[in-house]
Amino acid sequence: MKAVRILAAITAVGFGWGPVAAQAYTVYVSNEKGNSLTVIDSDTLQVQTTIPVGQRPRGIMLTKDDKHVLICASDSDTMQMLDVASRKIVADLPSGPDPEQLNINPKGSPVYVANEDDNLLTAIDLNTKKVVAEVEVGVEPEGVGVSPDGKTVVVTSETSNMAHFIDTDTYEVTDNVLVGQRPRFAQFTADGSQLWVTSEVAGTATVIDAKTRKIIKVIHFAVPGVQADYIQPVGVRVTKDGTKAFVALGPANRVAVVNAKTFEVEDYLLVGKRVWQLAFTPDQKLLFATNGNSNDVSVIDVPSLKVVKSIATGEAPWGVTISRE
Amino acid sequence: MVQAGRIHPTWLLLAVLLGFLLSVAAPALAADSNSSARSVSADSKPTLVPIGYLKQEVKHLIPLSRLNVKPEDLGIAGAEIALKDNNTTGKFTKQKFLLDVVRVPIDGDAVAALQKLVESGHHFVLVDAPADVLLKLSDSVKDRDVLLFNVSAPDETLRQENCRANVLHTAPDLDMLADALAQYLVWKKWQRWFVVSGAFPEDRAYLDAVRRSAKRFGAKIVAEREYKQKPGARRSDTGEQLIQLQMPVFTQGVPSYDVLIVADRRGNFGPYLPYRTWDPRPVAGTSGLRAMSWHPAHEQWGATQMQNRFQRFAKRFMLPLDYQAWVAVRAIGEAASRTHSGDFAPINAYIRGDQFDLAAFKGRKVTFRKWDGQLRQPIIIAGPELPVSTSPQQGFLHEHEEVDTLGIDEPESKCKFK
Repeated sequence: MKAVRILAAITAVGFGWGPVAAQAYTVYVSNEKGNSLTVIDSDTLQVQTTIPVGQRPRGIMLTKDDKHVLICASDSDTMQMLDVASRKIVADLPSGPDPEQLNINPKGSPVYVANEDDNLLTAIDLNTKKVVAEVEVGVEPEGVGVSPDGKTVVVTSETSNMAHFIDTDTYEVTDNVLVGQRPRFAQFTADGSQLWVTSEVAGTATVIDAKTRKIIKVIHFAVPGVQADYIQPVGVRVTKDGTKAFVALGPANRVAVVNAKTFEVEDYLLVGKRVWQLAFTPDQKLLFATNGNSNDVSVIDVPSLKVVKSIATGEAPWGVTISRE
Repeated sequence: MVQAGRIHPTWLLLAVLLGFLLSVAAPALAADSNSSARSVSADSKPTLVPIGYLKQEVKHLIPLSRLNVKPEDLGIAGAEIALKDNNTTGKFTKQKFLLDVVRVPIDGDAVAALQKLVESGHHFVLVDAPADVLLKLSDSVKDRDVLLFNVSAPDETLRQENCRANVLHTAPDLDMLADALAQYLVWKKWQRWFVVSGAFPEDRAYLDAVRRSAKRFGAKIVAEREYKQKPGARRSDTGEQLIQLQMPVFTQGVPSYDVLIVADRRGNFGPYLPYRTWDPRPVAGTSGLRAMSWHPAHEQWGATQMQNRFQRFAKRFMLPLDYQAWVAVRAIGEAASRTHSGDFAPINAYIRGDQFDLAAFKGRKVTFRKWDGQLRQPIIIAGPELPVSTSPQQGFLHEHEEVDTLGIDEPESKCKFK
């Protein structure tokens, strides 16, 4: 395996970047039913190890220094902190009951977690591991997005059907934007100009102007041969250059490729069953998609828009996060 | 500050309060989906949306199983928790929802009770009453700005010959329930049915629905038998022994079958059938494997959160009638927040229109059928402890929406709204 990596490195130096990422990043996948994380090498696309964690791990995210993975262990009612070096759980954060998704301020702290049961967004200081604020939001908050400047955190509430914009200094809710039924995920674009929100039951993605907080576009999806009911968008990722967006369509078993300038859907990539979440490698050459019902991740080559590999994971993979180095 | 990096609770409270005040202060918004609730001034009052809940009390026999005793607040607790959900959202949309519950005693005047609710400004009223009472209520407010939600009556006639323009049904009808069960049994290849029914009119109605489903989905009814004995005391000291002998004899001597389907809506003998049939066969229908809108152990599609908050609130499990009332109140809330209105006309139009959809923990949106006002919803197939499946089943195709393979589809509708 090492030889392959060296060879890949030489290739990379000698001939420029190939279609497969030559730099090795570490990919962490949470297995909702397997109660574990699958660790994958992004270069060899091989599973390195599987780490047992708390019950029903879903949302996961590497801290900004890449030293820890934060894991929402929903049925353990805690957010676990995994030390990447020792691959051990080193701390539990006071997330409140049934945490599902989290996000981290670009400064490295605090971490924001949605408490579905209490209609709250909780902010936790990562250094002191203490709750610094709780903000009342709509019913069943879930998706959490943070603006690149760290000044705004957005939480989506699944039953109120709103994206709540919250000021990260004052913890005031400043705007509430009504979106389609059951909004599950929120993602700012890299330039901070837009917020993309997926609505699982409505089957849409809503693009919101981050400044005016007005809806720019509601994107609809239609996959030939797939009933509209099965199109249930969850994860979304927009490329750093703002040209393309990828939307995971759940039980439609497709990742939609959207032109992020015109908002036209350009392609549907066939992946595994019930695709949940997505993550780019830092060089944006590969996109990993978790397939909850087929127990694998699909690896998408971003430049060619081809699904190049499927990697077996633990049971019911859900979240995915990738190291910067 | 007590600790570095930690905001003192008082400040937190103030901040939350301030945020709340600012967010509820947004002016009435134009009815386009592109508006966002910006904070403007701090002193305008929220729009009030009063909702009525009319429960007609009826005589019930004590159920055979103590587990099935109906909670006093059945349905009402579902409406109340939906009201809380609406009001959490209402904080941000400047709307306040109210719920007024009226219990009409046995032999009481339900029509007069509804008139009172309407006169005190309730345009939206949930009704938990038998079909005949519901029809009287509907006709009594025919020319008023009133929308009734039938949260409990499953009778087919309310969706067919006796459908009413001012009634929407969140309770699934008998045909939907029978179709949902039939699809699962056919998917399971349990296609030979032995059907056993009680002697009451409501048992015959369910029997008709089962016969219709068998024909639709290709099952064969190999035998039908009626249980004629009328219920006496629910329990006697020699009861168990007798039943152990009665049930096998009653189910003896029928052609080979895969599953026994029982139509006993009052629960007089159906609960005795599982494990007591002559042949070792599963029981489905009104006992054993049943079709329902909600099960207390349903946890798919985010339902865990719904179950958690209901149980914390009501101190008991959430039952189908609670869910049906929850959907009705949430439908009103959803229409009010989308139309930025508390008035009858826009809310009524929105709920019935093409824009309306509602996330209701069923893995797809729920909407109302235009041809008969029935809520189109997936149906849970469950044993006593756990859900077994959700219908529609894969492979039962429909030209528009698979969920319309359950119940009365548009081409077969006899509903002419009046």
